[in-house]
Amino acid sequence: MDNKERNLRYNKYVESKVPKTKEFPTLIYAFVVGGVICMLGQGITDLFLYIWPTMSLDEANAWMLIILIVLASFLTAIGVFDMIGAFAGAGTIVPITGFSNSITSPAMEFKKEGIIFGLCVKMFSVAGPVIVNGVAISVIIGIIYLFI
Amino acid sequence: MALMYLKVFLVGGFICMLGQILIIKTNITSARILVLFVCIGAVLEAFDIYDPIVAFAGAGAVVPIVGFGRSLAKGAIEGVKQKGVIGALTGGLTATSGGIAAAVISAYLFALIFSSKTKKY
Repeated sequence: MDNKERNLRYNKYVESKVPKTKEFPTLIYAFVVGGVICMLGQGITDLFLYIWPTMSLDEANAWMLIILIVLASFLTAIGVFDMIGAFAGAGTIVPITGFSNSITSPAMEFKKEGIIFGLCVKMFSVAGPVIVNGVAISVIIGIIYLFI
Repeated sequence: MALMYLKVFLVGGFICMLGQILIIKTNITSARILVLFVCIGAVLEAFDIYDPIVAFAGAGAVVPIVGFGRSLAKGAIEGVKQKGVIGALTGGLTATSGGIAAAVISAYLFALIFSSKTKKY
């Protein structure tokens, strides 16, 4: 038996053993949890606009995002976020809470390797690619706008 | 008011469901989803498609990570309009600096205070 055939058979074997995610219910969970997080955000924005009516919408949204980020970071730290995340999948990853979780979670996990080379380095293991690609694309868009 | 919250729920939920569909169909990792959605948001903003969605759904379009990409692109575009070439470099990060700084400082603090537990699932 040559290697190629063996690899193919092994891949088939792996595929038969990988646990299948139940597709339809997870879609609903992601939809509901994601929607509820967004509604929470809208509630915070409305609250800010209610307390400080002179505040601009952009500023209220910035405060709302900061509050959600800190909240998600705290929930990650006390272990609640992972429980919601295991249940809701993309419902917690796609909102800004997932970005916050992706920074806090590796930071905590690699604390034992030291503050600088563990915590501070691994902090950006997921958020790094997001920021790098996001900044790169924003600079490209900005440069294109210079010429049109 | 209630209608606004319904729109927020539906649009926000729909964007999250798109992410979940990607996870199921392609087994994509969460880091790739975040990168992909940020880039989609930036491109949509560049073509002026995302602003109407934000006007329609409010936080439903701002809270998902797509909104992060949108503010990067929006900041770069506004930077170019106000400051020229340097604005293309400074704009994106200026617009998102609050969120990034909040995420970094809260992660730093909470990671120093709390230690990770063994995962149960």
